[in-house]
Amino acid sequence: MMRVGMLVTHLRPEEKLLIAAFQARGIEPDVLLDREVNIDLTAGADQPAPNGIAWSAYDIVLERCVSTSRGMYLQAILNAWGIPTINSYATASICADKLLTTLALARAGIPQPTARVAFDEDSALEAVAALGYPAVFKPVTGSWGRLLAKVNDRTAAEAIIEHRLTLGSYQHHTFYIQQYVDKPGRDIRAFVVGDETICAIYRSSAHWITNTARGGTASNCPVTPELNDLCLRAARAVGGGVLALDVFEDPQRGLLINEINHTMEFRNSSAPTGVDIAARVVEYAIQQARVTA
Amino acid sequence: MNTAICPECGAKISIPADALQHELITCPDCGAELEIISLNPPELALAPQVEEDWGE
Repeated sequence: MMRVGMLVTHLRPEEKLLIAAFQARGIEPDVLLDREVNIDLTAGADQPAPNGIAWSAYDIVLERCVSTSRGMYLQAILNAWGIPTINSYATASICADKLLTTLALARAGIPQPTARVAFDEDSALEAVAALGYPAVFKPVTGSWGRLLAKVNDRTAAEAIIEHRLTLGSYQHHTFYIQQYVDKPGRDIRAFVVGDETICAIYRSSAHWITNTARGGTASNCPVTPELNDLCLRAARAVGGGVLALDVFEDPQRGLLINEINHTMEFRNSSAPTGVDIAARVVEYAIQQARVTA
Repeated sequence: MNTAICPECGAKISIPADALQHELITCPDCGAELEIISLNPPELALAPQVEEDWGE
């Protein structure tokens, strides 16, 4: 009998859907709370997980922590012990960092918005000027569209830079600045599971931030051969796995990969696409456990 | 149907039959985000506040 663990901060609709999908396959996953983890880093995988079962007993562990830092460290530990996780630490560590994602995509020749980095007020202003206004300041780590800042002119850029230097942690002193893409009132969220783009949605909003967490509405987006090919190439560039890719439709350059998410939310995406995303993720997880266990 | 008390506003909340331990729910009265910390007996706690590294 396959033993499956699911690392969580708490249970959101996605985790409930995944648990039900595992149960439909005759597997009862063990829910492991990240807040209860207490691991001896100098010992091995035979030490007990929070539920008393040895970590080494798990054939596969799904990382579904809403806390990026907790999830990434747990992936690092489990992978160091030879326990497969979805996603791998290698993939998560790239996707969790927008700068590293940009680098990985650039290395693979994947089309993406131009982005620059600077660490100082003057050089950051030069970076924005090089991109041209408007441009978008983004924290290198972060999600749900939080703390994105579109700057339309130098005055706004100066204010954002001063606020980040004064109020932000050291992470906000890394100025990751992206070219603003004039989207057609929507972007694309594409879901990749292994070697297939299983479905995609349009996220539409009158606001330039189109995240559904910020009020964007979801509708089905057909997965064209072009979208599938681009998404699979981008997913491979960051190590592959179960990934949600944000894609811009640039009026001049065509499809661009904006970001890649490694702990994807999909509660609003199965209904418009008609694809049982949780079932597809579980199917992939079972395959990975069999391959690597 | 099981019920529990909202720790924020004191409202009596019905716990759905398919609820799971550690699931997040929202109080229909005050809108507080709550975690089901126990199903038997039903017990709710305020869910942790969103932290900077939370997300996808």
